Parts: sequence; C-alpha cells; structure tokens
Amino acid sequence: MLEKSLKGSCGYWIWIIFLLAVTTLGFFFYLQQLDYGLGVTGMSRDVSWGLYIAQFTFLVGIAASAVMLVLPYYLHDYKAFGKITVLGEFLAVAAVIMCVLFIFVDLGQPTRVMNVLLHPSPTSILFWDMIVLSGYLLINIVTGWIILSCNRQEVPPPRWIKPLIYLSIPWAISIHTVTAFIYAGLPGRSFWLTAIMAPRFLASAFASGPALLIIFCMILKRYGRFDAGPKAIQALATIVAYALTASIFFVLMELFTAFYSQIPEHGHHFQYLFAGLAGHHNLVPWMWTSAVLAFAALGILTIPRIRRNDGWLAVACVAVFVSLWIEKGLGLVITGFIPSPLEAITEYVPTGAEIAITLGIWAVGFLILTLLYKIFVSVRKDIEGTNDRPVAQLKS
Amino acid sequence: MTTSRREFLKIAGVSTLSLIAPAILCRPACSQEKVIIPGDSSLKTKSSGQALTAKRWAMAVTPSKCPTGCTACITACHGAHNVPDFGNRKDEVKWIWQEPFAAAFPNEKHAYLGESFQKLRLPVFCNHCTNPSCVRVCPTKATFQRPDGIVMMDYHRCVGCRLCMAACPYGARSMNYRDPQPFIAKRNPDFPTRTKGVVEKCNFCEERLVKGILPACVTACKEKALIFGDAENPQSELRLLLGKHFNLRRRAHLGTGPQIYYII
Repeated sequence: MLEKSLKGSCGYWIWIIFLLAVTTLGFFFYLQQLDYGLGVTGMSRDVSWGLYIAQFTFLVGIAASAVMLVLPYYLHDYKAFGKITVLGEFLAVAAVIMCVLFIFVDLGQPTRVMNVLLHPSPTSILFWDMIVLSGYLLINIVTGWIILSCNRQEVPPPRWIKPLIYLSIPWAISIHTVTAFIYAGLPGRSFWLTAIMAPRFLASAFASGPALLIIFCMILKRYGRFDAGPKAIQALATIVAYALTASIFFVLMELFTAFYSQIPEHGHHFQYLFAGLAGHHNLVPWMWTSAVLAFAALGILTIPRIRRNDGWLAVACVAVFVSLWIEKGLGLVITGFIPSPLEAITEYVPTGAEIAITLGIWAVGFLILTLLYKIFVSVRKDIEGTNDRPVAQLKS
Repeated sequence: MTTSRREFLKIAGVSTLSLIAPAILCRPACSQEKVIIPGDSSLKTKSSGQALTAKRWAMAVTPSKCPTGCTACITACHGAHNVPDFGNRKDEVKWIWQEPFAAAFPNEKHAYLGESFQKLRLPVFCNHCTNPSCVRVCPTKATFQRPDGIVMMDYHRCVGCRLCMAACPYGARSMNYRDPQPFIAKRNPDFPTRTKGVVEKCNFCEERLVKGILPACVTACKEKALIFGDAENPQSELRLLLGKHFNLRRRAHLGTGPQIYYII
C-alpha cells in the first residue's frame, strides 16, 4: 500500500516539500543544540522544562483521542465511525512519534537514551510512560494498517485483530493517565499536585483530538475527495462538546480549590497564569485567549443549529484546538515552575532555535500523517471505484 | 603456569561473588560501601586515612553564626567540585548557596518577623532526604541513595531528562545547559568535571568522607555554623546540638525527610 503515497497532485507534492523543508530547518537547529547543549533553549535552572515537554504532553492527548472513534465503533457498534476509525489510529501513530521525538530532543544526553532500557526503574513514571507509549504506537500501527489492507482486499479483518483493538481502548486511557502521573506525583510542585490531573488531561485530550479529526475530515473532503459523512462529523462534534465541557469544568474545580482555600502555594500559580505575579505576566494574554476561545467554542458546539453548520463547526474546532494547545502545550508545564520552590519568579520565553526544533517535529508528524492519510484516501477511492463500476455498467 | 588449588578457589570465589553481588545489592553504590561504624568521634578535618562512616549523614546549620557577606563554604565547595560559573542566572550551576529566610522557609515568614531573622542568609543545598523524590523519579537510577543516606549522582548514566529537578522541592539540582569545562575557574584534578547535558548537585563530599575528611563546606566554616555528623548516633556532636536547640527543616511537611537541620 505504501506506493499509494508516491502518487499525488502538484499540491500534494508542494505540501510534502514544504514539510520536508521545515523538518530540515528544525534538524539544522537540532544539530546546533547537540553541539552547544540545551542552553540554546529558553529553559533555565528554575524553569527546567519548556516547549518540548509541553508539546509532548499535549500530543499524548491527541494520540489518546483515537479511542473516541474506536470505542463507539467497536463497543457500541456505532456504524458511522466505521469509515474513519483508521483515521483516528493513524493520527495516534503520528502523534506518538511526535511525543517520542519531543522527549528525545529534550534530553541533555540523547546518546544515552538506551540507559532507560539498560537500567529499568519501575519507580520512575517516565519508565512506565516509555512502555505505554511504545505499546500504544505498536497497537495503532498494526490495527490501522491491517484494517486498511483488509478493506482494500475486501476481506474481513483477521480474528486476532479484535482483542488488540479492545486492548487499545484501556491502553489509550493509560498513556494519558501515566503522562499525568509524571506531574501529579511530584511533592514540591503544588500546581501539578492534584488528583484531577489525569481526568483533566483526558477531558482536554478527548476535546482537542476529535476537534483535530473533524478539521482533517473537512480537509480530506475538500482536497482528498473522501467524505466521512455528516453523521460521523456531527457525532464527533458532540464528543468534542461533552469533553470540552468536562475540561472547562475541571479547570474551574482547580480554580475553586486554589482560590477558596487561599493556600498561597496553590493560588500563586493560577495567579501567575491569569493575572500575573509580582509584575510577571508573560502567559496572561495567552491564557485569556485560551479561556475566551474555549467558551466561544462551547457556545458554538452546544447550540445544535450552529453546530450543524460546517463553517461554524470548523471555527469551533480550530478554537478548541488552539485553546487547549495553549492550556496544555504552554500553560500547564511552564507554570508548574513559576514560582519556584524558593518562591523565585523566573519567566520562560522559548528561543528561536527551540521554536524551530519544535516546528520541525510538528512537520515530521504532519509528514507521517499526510503519507498515512494519502494511503488511506487512495485505498478508499479504489474500494469505492470497484463498488461503483458494476452500477455504472448496468446503467449504460 | 601452575595454579595452586587454594589460589584457584580464591579466584573462583571472588568471581562468583562479583557476579552475584550486584544482583543482590540492587543499589548501585552498595559495592563501594564500607562497614558502617556508628559514632563520629574520629571526625577530623585532615585525612586520617580511615574513611568516615555513619548510619545516616546529616548536617546542622546555625545561620546566625554566619558573618555578613561570608561565602567561605560556597567558595570551598564550588572550588573542590569543579562547579562552573557561567555568570548568568539561566545556566547557573550551584551546589550550595545562600537564601533569605523567607525563601528557604516560605511557610514561616510573616510581617512581624524580627529584623535579625529577616537579615539572615541561610546556606541551602541538597537535603539528602531519607525519602528522596528525585531518586524515586529517575528513569535510569542515575541518582541513587546510599545506605548512609547520601543521595548521589552518576554523571555517566544521567540522560539529562531533568525529572529530578522537577521532583526536588528544594531547587537543589542544576542542569549543565552547556559545556561547563571552560567556565571552571580553577580545576581541581582530584574531582571529575561534568559534561554538558547532565544534572548535578551536592554529594555531601563523599569523595572526602572516604578519605576520612569532613565535607569542604564544613571545614571551610571557621564559625562552626555547619556541623556534620551521624544523625543515628545519639553521642554525635550533631545530635547533641539538635537536642539542645530548636530546629527546623525545609518543607518537612512534604514527607521527603530532609536531613539538613536549621537552628534558627
């Protein structure tokens, strides 16, 4: 099936070349980082994680969200998702690969990465994260690829694939839960030390992931001549609406606990996020943008008449994605370090090199996704082509 | 070459032991451990040739004894351990440094704190916790705890993920964001330098203890503001001091079991 990705229109190739160019640029800056050290980034002694780990955290959510297609289709026999579960699985594959790359570029000594396997440490959540992420990658590559090949040959999928698909459901939950545990189990960081971290992660994941899938379905409909069908899109939109509601609700719970209890070390971080702390307010405009976008999207998604309009739905999905990217891919990780345990406020601003490397990895992800989706669309076209032919012949 | 039966058995025995030992002693440092003798009456500032040992190393700090502007402990430590000086806050690497009372004890500060307390500059460093969160989170066991309580770093194993920095509630850990070599003022050939991309922190001068010398900061402090000793030995100078004076530990409510006791 791989050969399907090699035949495409001019626009397809321009897009591929663009992604390769961004990847190359990122790689160039990564070489610089390898040479100089992580000092090329904006990270510091006080804010020791930045854009890389934040992207990793956000993308684990995108990866986990594939379950929102698999679960309704395989557990509830929701037929409308039948055509697009593979899209979800392929999105998960691209997202997990990005996660791994973000962890990798964040390492100070990347050549020693195998130490994680050579000296397995079950007490470390990062060790478990490596296990669940690699397992999830494998499950999704296998299931997505096998299902698509079987569709292509018009044979039923092998029986052994079913248990693997069922396994992928709890596994998806596990990857984001374990990722939340990286943060939620650290004694000195009160911003992260909250039992709601994992549920909050999952809620925002199940909103941002399906929102991204809706956008992709719309793009595929326009440029790839693949229609997921309005029923599937609307069902996804409903999922986004519920998940977004839960996500906003969970954030409000955090705000209540922090501000009603008035325990300074809990409140300070949220104060830094939404109002600024001691004259430092780098993230404030971002967080308010995120909040406004989240509520605007919620408004669009909860009113059925507006939600059914494709244009408005697209706007809402972009708003959800951007809002949650800011919340998780920017605010959540950095704010855990501000203020520091010694109550020092060191702000963090990513450097050009750091942003270039980050964009490079996003480009790698989009490249993988584009190739996989291209294969998917070509295979679907072949299937529908063979199905249409007898009908056309009858008519003539 | 002929090998006597006795010699053969000796070699075979040692080889077998060396194979089994690491598996039994899961902690990486165990193989280097000396027999632990309680009591620190032998504590000396000059090498006695015999290693200093304890059940649990700890330190008592009396910041009120620190003369204003004195940085003897910092200079001694950073000099002994090849700690680089990058000259900026972002890349900063430090093992021991000074903080105002309000920063070291955020929960104890208040508006009516006496001026003498507000002026205090407390030496802060790794707390060598009994229940260290940095050790728990490390994905490669590059940071580990010895049976005598010292929390150590293996600079050759660290992958530089910085999870330990996020886990440390004391901000005691530093990352080498760039190559430290050119920024070491005067290199001490007796202690290894680090490469870029690894985390480092105070090691309670284990390299001196093994030679029978007290930590560099302790010997550098002429005011005896830093007292090092075995917390498990009721006869140690440290314990006698803690028994006499009320003392605080930083963020003890987190359950990490910090072993630096501040006599305020």
